[in-house]
Amino acid sequence: MADNIATRRSMPLRLFLWGVVLLWLMLAAFPFLWTLWGSFKVQGDFFSREDWTNALTGVRTLAETGGYFTGGGYAGAWVQEEFWRAGLNTMIVTLSVVAISLTFGTLGGYALSRSSFKYTFWILMAALIFRAMPHITLVSGYLLPFFELNIWGILPTTIIVLVAINQPFTLWMLRSFFMNIPKDLDESAMVDGCTRFQAFRRVIIPVMWPGVITTGLFSFLLAYNDFAVTATLLSQDNQTMIPKIASFLGTTQQEGNVMFAVSAVVSATAPLFILVLFFQRQIVSGLTAGAVKG
Amino acid sequence: MKHRTFFWFMLPSGIAMLLFIALPIVSVFVQSLFVENEKVLVEVVTSGPFGTTTQVVVDEAATAVLNAANPLGQFNGFGTYANRNHLAFAEVAEFWRSSDSLGAFARQVYGLPFYKALTFTLAYTFIVTPLIIALGFLIAVAVNALPRLLKGPVIFTSLLPMIITPLVGSLILFWMIDSRGVIGKTLQFIFEDPDLSLKASPMLTWITLMVYGVWSSAPFAFVVFYAGLQTVPQDTLESAMIDGATRWQRIRFVVLPYLMPLVTFIALIQLMDNFRVFEPIVGFNAEANATSLSWIIYNDLRGSEVALFGSAAATSMLTILGVAILLTPVLIRTWRDFSAKGH
Repeated sequence: MADNIATRRSMPLRLFLWGVVLLWLMLAAFPFLWTLWGSFKVQGDFFSREDWTNALTGVRTLAETGGYFTGGGYAGAWVQEEFWRAGLNTMIVTLSVVAISLTFGTLGGYALSRSSFKYTFWILMAALIFRAMPHITLVSGYLLPFFELNIWGILPTTIIVLVAINQPFTLWMLRSFFMNIPKDLDESAMVDGCTRFQAFRRVIIPVMWPGVITTGLFSFLLAYNDFAVTATLLSQDNQTMIPKIASFLGTTQQEGNVMFAVSAVVSATAPLFILVLFFQRQIVSGLTAGAVKG
Repeated sequence: MKHRTFFWFMLPSGIAMLLFIALPIVSVFVQSLFVENEKVLVEVVTSGPFGTTTQVVVDEAATAVLNAANPLGQFNGFGTYANRNHLAFAEVAEFWRSSDSLGAFARQVYGLPFYKALTFTLAYTFIVTPLIIALGFLIAVAVNALPRLLKGPVIFTSLLPMIITPLVGSLILFWMIDSRGVIGKTLQFIFEDPDLSLKASPMLTWITLMVYGVWSSAPFAFVVFYAGLQTVPQDTLESAMIDGATRWQRIRFVVLPYLMPLVTFIALIQLMDNFRVFEPIVGFNAEANATSLSWIIYNDLRGSEVALFGSAAATSMLTILGVAILLTPVLIRTWRDFSAKGH
């Protein structure tokens, strides 16, 4: 269809567009490839004083470890600095946040999509304002009460805080997915004798899976990527991966410590990579969910 | 749906937001009215071989008792808001009287921590947001012209900078622009200046942070525009073509107007997200040259031995006020739309 004369692009235009794509691909991918490659080198190569090509050839790595690649950074981060503990904590936090967010969010989002009272609008507006607020502004409100109640520094507190912070976005997103499901569907189920909750549970949820999965992905990303909340609400020995990486960079920069951080960064990026690989379609539809409906 | 049913469905979500968003805002406001207890000082007289000396030291035990009695600290009213680290009314007034030109006045005000952070936050928000939209649109148009087979891998690669944790993303770039890293070295080579460092001057630090901001958020604009381009009405385009519109005219008069709502949507989301810029400053270790409102709150809470709750809370309230001002046009428009629908 696009092959008639009128839509065919001129040669310079084509070259320009290809150029844009190639340049962008390089900008988007190169930093990751470079860091992945560099994480298997020693600090003397990755941050080379003499020549940056050392990072490619690995001269110092060969001299120091006897091979062109070394797992030293990974061993240091995962074993010596106990990054595995942070990884485990991250897993507990993200999985709990996703599960609780979705449970709360589907209930609330469904109610918001099926109600036309005035307070629905106000709840949505409040959620929009909550969504806009920087997370760090809330943190100072948590600290004192949490200290007083002695619930600071532990995982459950952080999980519930992340769920709450995530709720406004979850509500908006699930609401827009529920809006696409005709009201007739649950109403006919109720005519057949279901209560509202049974209709929700048996009729709506089964057709909602695409929306739930997409929203779950974004809850996952929020919990996994959060720094402001996890860095301030978790104690040193309960840290998740992201604040742990930040603490690798502490003021005392010992030789080799930077490579621990580089390896930890690559380790923390890998799950996200896989996530995008498998759920690209859902992520794109999630990003555009709000936009297309205006 | 009945009120009762609505209430029960909304309950878990509502309680979570009430307890952990609405109440903390109240708590932040209350805290902002207090300052930390003063340390209890005692004079200790020590007599040694060279006579007696009097030292003033902190009485830790008495300070702890005082802190336990008043966990919030002393009531200070709006004093924290007005002090040097926040709105600094006295200093600003003083600068206004003493400086002879507007430029000198602005420079002096910029020296105050709150205004410095505010300047960077606003500059970042209003420079990065349009660039994200422009770059995102350009990439979307270019990718749209690609053969179908290539689109999947291109979208996959494009999503990476956005999906990555901001702290991690900025660290990755930070290591590359290090004067010993690959980009830092290359820049030194290009400009033939072995001492060139992107961390040295405020200007270069700002540019670096903004480049990072565009890099990490352009994919979002790209994806939204790309999805929008798929739904541009083909018959309108065809009729424009029949009327003899050039390629540029078709983009200008058909595609752009059609995508306008998406521009508003992206701008709104990006304004909110860029206003809270925080992690890149930590990742790039840029606090010497660029601080943001979020960063000073974090620094008050974690930067020193004693957390400055009152100060952090006052900055938080001012930040929330900033967000509210930023959102007002949107809220007014949504309210009008809602009223127009006749509710």
